[in-house]
Amino acid sequence: MNDQITQIRAVGQSHPRREAREKVTGRIEYIHNLRLPNMLYGKIFRSTVAHARIVSIDTSEAAACPGVDMVLTGEDIRKIMPDPHFGVMFHDQPVLALDKVRYVGEPVAIVLASDPNVAAEAVALIDVDYDELEPVFDEMEALSAETFVHDELKPGIPEIQFLKGVRDTNVGFPYQLRHGGDVDKAFEEADRVFEHTFRTHPSAHVPLEPPVTVAEPTGAGLTLHTANQSPSFVRYEISRLLGWPQHKIRVRVPYLGGGFGAKLWIRLEALVAAAALLAKRPVKVSLSMEEQFYTITKHGATLKIKSGLDKDGRITARKCEVFWNGGAYADIGPAVAFHAGMTAAGPYDIENVAIDSFSMYTNRPVAGAMRGFGHPQLIWAYENHTDMMAHELGIDPLEFRRRNILREGKEHATGTALNTSSVEKVLDRVAERLQWGKPFERGEGTVKRGRGFAIGIKASIAPSTSEAIVRLGADGSATLMCSSVDMGQGSDTAHAQIVAEVLNMPVEMVHVVHPDTDVTPYDTGTLGSRSLYHMGHAARLAAEDAKAKLEELAAEVGAQPGSNVPIWELFARKNGMPVGHVVGTASFIPDGHIPPDPMTGQSPHITPYWMLGATGAEVEIDTETGRVTVLRMINVADTGTQINPKIVDHQISGASIMQLGQTMQEKVHFDFGQVTNASFADYKIPSMLDIPQIETSVLDGAEADGPFGAKGVGETGSFCVSSAIANAVFDAVGVRVSEMPITGETVYRAMRAAAGEPLEEE
Amino acid sequence: MKDVMTQTIDFTLNGKAVSAEIQGHWTLVDLLQQGFDLYGARQSCGQGLCGCCTVVLNGKPVSGCLFLAALADGATIETIENNEETLDPVQEAFIEAGAFQCGFCTPGFVLMTRQLIAEIPEPSEEEIRLYLTGNLCRCGTYPQIIEAVQKAAARMRAA
Ligand code: FES
Ligand code: FES
Repeated sequence: MNDQITQIRAVGQSHPRREAREKVTGRIEYIHNLRLPNMLYGKIFRSTVAHARIVSIDTSEAAACPGVDMVLTGEDIRKIMPDPHFGVMFHDQPVLALDKVRYVGEPVAIVLASDPNVAAEAVALIDVDYDELEPVFDEMEALSAETFVHDELKPGIPEIQFLKGVRDTNVGFPYQLRHGGDVDKAFEEADRVFEHTFRTHPSAHVPLEPPVTVAEPTGAGLTLHTANQSPSFVRYEISRLLGWPQHKIRVRVPYLGGGFGAKLWIRLEALVAAAALLAKRPVKVSLSMEEQFYTITKHGATLKIKSGLDKDGRITARKCEVFWNGGAYADIGPAVAFHAGMTAAGPYDIENVAIDSFSMYTNRPVAGAMRGFGHPQLIWAYENHTDMMAHELGIDPLEFRRRNILREGKEHATGTALNTSSVEKVLDRVAERLQWGKPFERGEGTVKRGRGFAIGIKASIAPSTSEAIVRLGADGSATLMCSSVDMGQGSDTAHAQIVAEVLNMPVEMVHVVHPDTDVTPYDTGTLGSRSLYHMGHAARLAAEDAKAKLEELAAEVGAQPGSNVPIWELFARKNGMPVGHVVGTASFIPDGHIPPDPMTGQSPHITPYWMLGATGAEVEIDTETGRVTVLRMINVADTGTQINPKIVDHQISGASIMQLGQTMQEKVHFDFGQVTNASFADYKIPSMLDIPQIETSVLDGAEADGPFGAKGVGETGSFCVSSAIANAVFDAVGVRVSEMPITGETVYRAMRAAAGEPLEEE
Repeated sequence: MKDVMTQTIDFTLNGKAVSAEIQGHWTLVDLLQQGFDLYGARQSCGQGLCGCCTVVLNGKPVSGCLFLAALADGATIETIENNEETLDPVQEAFIEAGAFQCGFCTPGFVLMTRQLIAEIPEPSEEEIRLYLTGNLCRCGTYPQIIEAVQKAAARMRAA
């Protein structure tokens, strides 16, 4: 036996990020920095109306502007993309508006010039004549409106072809789930019934590096250098639009200056690709901070939730209706309606459940995926609702949850059992950290204090694919090639640790090649906290494959099994010099996924793993102004084994800070479809002064099927922040805020209304 | 359209005397990126509100996205690229504390932290928050940045 070789522990260590040095010296590569020789800059002309037919577009003055190379409209795009509509689910979004515009800010034309300032000047010279149509902005109005954002639905992927040809509706996608018996009958038999409606607002991702793409025509085809979370999809979609084979498109992604869902699927890629091919020169489009607000948002939603309870305070029936304001184009919105819809009833054990979740088209900017994928909105509803019921019943919120939570091994409303994650442990942990049973200092005079908590659940996206290649070199190093995008979450570091662990080498010896579709194999995308689990497995399996091939090489060149012949010598014996590689490959798709029944949403295996989180919050409220100060936030996350504990901690804390901003201060305001606060001057993200004391507490029991027991954590910290704070506000001053953000004004208005002295509406 | 106005300016960039031909509308970010291929000062908000474009000019931090390059004639400019070979205690502390995720805001925070520690060698948490409030981090690494500042300050006091 070969007991001389010591196992290097790479997994479980808090290695600093591998690119740390480049980040602190400002030398890291972002597409933001990329300039190519002979490159043109594109500036986008955007619609100023929310819903209209385009009568005419006059680009003559812009085109005549000295220094302008080209001005392109939707009709020009058709020359190179016969049907220039893109989308990950529906093929409904035009590269540039064609006959109609559907929201304020929609791209209508693009000016190309060598100097970005010239392009920007020329954009102002474009003139469009519109024939205005009635717009619809609100998701509930969209349900009954006579005006339709799209004349006909345009489903793209096979799973939704049943929607083909559907006309005269603003419902993009209807999801439904029916669990257990007759839910209406269960309500009739219930001892108490509670029904509440909640709303959430659209907010913005605003990564500090706004979306940016460079397209470069090459002899072989087209290279896209782009800040994108899903390079494999970009290649597929651009090839579909151009009618080219996929291999002619190369998509390259270095580091991202933040993503959070803003840089998924197609953002600028289709437009910049078309522009570069028409101009026959490299083209770069960098969005400004303002333009980010017109490009992608987080769904606002209306959430109705109704529960029936028996006399012991057990929830026996639940009905949820969720309406997602998806904006003018589907993007991934239908999947948000579907995927978040699945868990709309929460981590509770409820016999009879009915869920309907609709993605709605409206004349607003597109809503897409944002950290948490709809779950922070849902949890906002069901965890407010839970506390409201507990209060009405006179039961302590912790005790009320204990009576109703889903226990390990029990079936979730989707029909899939909760196996390795424990709602009970998450709940106990947050209660313990808040010292829930102990007396709490409630403030004095006009300053009141309160505390609250919330729990939430999310399924991982399924099914999805990750492929990886691990190349072992004669110098004893390993190279991992994969299409996961490191946008700050530390995937390069974590995946390198996994490879190092398998190959028993120092983590510094593992090199990670960034997504480059000429080299790195397919991956669904860096989204939904899926990479560590899926790519983690693919990297592990590819490393194991490489290891096996090295053993074959050893046998081939006559090394005894278990002998200590160094790697370089194995290669030297084979190749005459210490050069060469063995290559391991893997493709990972989690086993056993069973698609849910389309009518009932039931599946015995709907997700490879569950993600559970809880947040506890302590707040202080100035009752004279309503101002809420969050004093302390405790985020509990069920993380599986931590590959890199420090990065896990920072992911959870970072996600909670992002959600804190959206809870307390961030809201995209509209005036007749026009965003009125598209700037950091008016849209305030959290600064250092807005941050409470933040604690992270993890439950790191191994996830049974995860790579080394690990699973995703990027979103967990976002789940419960909003509802925990709302519950703490109620605890402090006895008022319930049903619509975010929880500003001083909303709280003060609610307090005055509760006191029977409501303030006048503005 | 009139021809773009150009002019030549002389200044000191990270310790070296340099000159550059600039256009009248150029900001410091344009100057550094287009004139010198330095990308550590980055434009994000473009309005002086996020600190991603921080540059130290004549010893004072300025927003490179707003400051006109023409006004830098004769000035001394320091950027994040001013110590390429060895990391300073601030950068080391940022790495140890894990005070960044995507890294886009990091140069601005590092430069401001250097200023902060030079002005207040032993900053309280409150002083750190106040001093750095003009720098935003969308990844939400503020708790780790506070830790990094404290670490760096302690180490620099001890040195
Ligand atoms: S880009 Fe200059 S302060 Fe934001
Ligand atoms: S580390 Fe991403 S913005 Fe600060």
